Amino acid sequence: MTAGASVAPMSPAVDLSARAHRGGEPDEESREWLSALRGTGARRDEAVAGLHELLLRAARFEVARRRATLRHLRGDDFDDIAMQSADDALIAVLAKLDSYRGESRFTTWAYKFALLEAAVKLRRRAWQAREVPLEPEGWDAFAGHGSSPHADAEGGELLRAVRRGIAERLTPHQREVLVAVTLNDVPIDVLAERLNTNRGALYKTLHDARQKLRAHLDSEGLSVSREETG
Amino acid sequence: MNERDDRRLLRAMLGPDGPELTCEECFEQLDRYVELELAGADADVTVPGMRAHLQGCPACHDDHESLRDFVASGDDPTPA
Repeated sequence: MTAGASVAPMSPAVDLSARAHRGGEPDEESREWLSALRGTGARRDEAVAGLHELLLRAARFEVARRRATLRHLRGDDFDDIAMQSADDALIAVLAKLDSYRGESRFTTWAYKFALLEAAVKLRRRAWQAREVPLEPEGWDAFAGHGSSPHADAEGGELLRAVRRGIAERLTPHQREVLVAVTLNDVPIDVLAERLNTNRGALYKTLHDARQKLRAHLDSEGLSVSREETG
Repeated sequence: MNERDDRRLLRAMLGPDGPELTCEECFEQLDRYVELELAGADADVTVPGMRAHLQGCPACHDDHESLRDFVASGDDPTPA
């Protein structure tokens, strides 16, 4: 690297084979990043600025990926989201430096914070001012309702059993989360924000609900093959 | 809706079969997993439970694709 110095020339798709087989020791460049970011004075300032530049590049990449889904936003809005994401990621990276274990390049480890920040912000903007549907609005379109041409197919039978399981086996909270995320396609991060919780807690609820549904299908003598769910 | 939509809904509602990581564990391992994948190593052997989680969690699935594609794209300017 040159931690904090101007960004190195763009390289093509990276060759990570050496890194992947080296195990958990940080490579030289990663050690330099850590040393500079843990240091003081101008060297640290330079490293922080260089890291921010990399994080901004990652955030802009994510913004570009999702831009088409946010047609109501202007170019300035996207720039602001990318910059805010890089700022927030920089704070997170600096706060979590001690949790970097050297199992990837330092920059790969850092990028995930910027990509996450940008993705969450963009999902929330996409759903801003939209109602989050928690009721099973989309059921009727699926075979499990019993009215589609596929209603007699095995998949239809499974869906009807799943529907019964949702009504009979799940708690109201499990039902809301499962329906919102899987039937109504509400992003987990958006739902977490509306319910004042976080992604991990909501996914745990979703996981528990799924386990109950699988147990319910077992109790009804219905098997779920990998082909159907894998 | 057709049979494929039914299958997609079933897959989403029932989730992956077998043990999987949590979202926190997934984020912790994501950089390592992606580098293993891009190096052609068997990432799923090294990080068991990741593949199942990525199948079950749409948000972590997106995060995985973003990191993998960014590192592979050449937009990442740092040399390997």
